[in-house]
Amino acid sequence: MRVRFDGEEVEVQEGQTVAGVLLAKGVRSWRTTRGAGRPRGLFCGIGVCFDCLVKVNGVPDVRACQRVVADGDDIRTQAGAELPS
Amino acid sequence: MRRIVVIGAGPAGMAAASAAALHGVDVVLIDAGAKLGGQYHRQDALAPGDRFAPSVKLASRRYELPPNVEHVANAAVWAIEPVDGGHRAHLRVGPADGLDRRGRAVEARALVLATGAYDRALPFPGWDLPGVFTAGAAQALAKGQGVAVGDRVVVGGTGPFLLPVAASLIGAGARVVEVAEANAAVTGWLSKPAGALAGWSKSGELARYAGMLARHRVPYRSRTAVVEAHGSECVESVTVARLDALWNPVPGSERRVEADAVAVGFGFTPQLELALAARCRVEDGFVVVDAAQGTSAPGVFAAGELTGIGGADLAASEGAVAGAAAAKFVGAAVEPPLRAMARVRSGRRFAEALNAAYPVRPGWQGWLRDDTIVCRCEEVTRAALYRAVDERDVGAARSLKLVSGAGLGLCQGRVCGRNVAELADVDGTGFAKRPIASPIRLSELAEEEPVESPIDAEESGRALGVEY
Repeated sequence: MRVRFDGEEVEVQEGQTVAGVLLAKGVRSWRTTRGAGRPRGLFCGIGVCFDCLVKVNGVPDVRACQRVVADGDDIRTQAGAELPS
Repeated sequence: MRRIVVIGAGPAGMAAASAAALHGVDVVLIDAGAKLGGQYHRQDALAPGDRFAPSVKLASRRYELPPNVEHVANAAVWAIEPVDGGHRAHLRVGPADGLDRRGRAVEARALVLATGAYDRALPFPGWDLPGVFTAGAAQALAKGQGVAVGDRVVVGGTGPFLLPVAASLIGAGARVVEVAEANAAVTGWLSKPAGALAGWSKSGELARYAGMLARHRVPYRSRTAVVEAHGSECVESVTVARLDALWNPVPGSERRVEADAVAVGFGFTPQLELALAARCRVEDGFVVVDAAQGTSAPGVFAAGELTGIGGADLAASEGAVAGAAAAKFVGAAVEPPLRAMARVRSGRRFAEALNAAYPVRPGWQGWLRDDTIVCRCEEVTRAALYRAVDERDVGAARSLKLVSGAGLGLCQGRVCGRNVAELADVDGTGFAKRPIASPIRLSELAEEEPVESPIDAEESGRALGVEY
């Protein structure tokens, strides 16, 4: 299975979450905050904190720790508050 | 048809589902995860199958579920509402936060809430840097995804949970640089009479973790905490300090430790919103239950960390009692589960002693500076919080949220609620009042959902109490 992260192709396994894929790749941060534009990544890891938001297939505000990857997913970093594209 | 709904498929929810199903009641077991088990029994997401899946075989394992349990996976329960004769749970089922989730509404005369708890994280300067994780995150990523959250990790916080987290990190290939326990050492406490109380089965498990840490030469320090994380884009190092009995850092004891990740956990916060929506009475932050795990709301039972933080064994015992009581409530012939009830009583004694030994002490407030973020979602600093409290009249959680902005973000105050309530000196229970129990999109809210097997109003007219 393959997904794209900010355009780059990444080999993934069934059952991996977006956060699992990104951390295994060494990516620690994939979002900036709305206010100060500070970097954020995974924090609580169990779907509670909504810090690890990422864009998946054009839809923003997807929790990377909860979303299981599907073949062909287009995953993108999120800057502040984004609208669906 | 006799049917109950169980929300949460951790140790408590699985035991409840199993107990009710074995009494001939159909069970709808709803959970956010893809696989059964919850946090404690988190399964390897990359391995095929589900080792707790409902099975027609005779249950050989403790948590193997009978075939009359329907497991609804990947489901967010976003509301519970009382209906005539019972409750209706509203769910979105499908890939997390996606637009293609399906709406479902399930009704039942009896409901078991087993929604569990999540780590409490205390703020400190730099805790919003990527590379600072909760202990539960480190555990979930190691057990579920086979990934270590860093190469050099400092584990900090309080309580016995820090040991399995450190062990999981080592298992996933990380180097655990040190474990910082803010209270007294767990191993010492376990050897005292209070710790040995009730013959807790966990002491052997903890001894194994302690042995593993010793073999890997991981320093375990008591009365110590991570009080600051440093780095520009990511954690590069942390400051670790000795604490006095109230958790004030001891001046001059600060050490800089190189690390690319920190995993912190200061006990757990129960997921109360569904219990509050079902109008269950909550006292001191936990759902009040009777000997049958019944809440103050008729037909609503609660089990596990919702009723008090006590770990997986106690949760499973409470689940077994709650499941049997819920089955009885919908009319099944049930004998009181006396053995499970006895396990609940001894488990609670141990949990009380443990929680008394590992409290969060007030000195943490001194770790913060004016510019330290207290609400991560809305980026509210301590100075902004204090300014709002000084300028406006703040009586409780709701007004505190409205004047400061803390708790108004997407996490709905789950992360900051207890902390900002302590900082502002107000009662924090109100932070758990979430009419929409889990964020959903407006299009999802607007969608109509079919109600499955509505409760037969005539049948539900009979009041069936559970008295043991």
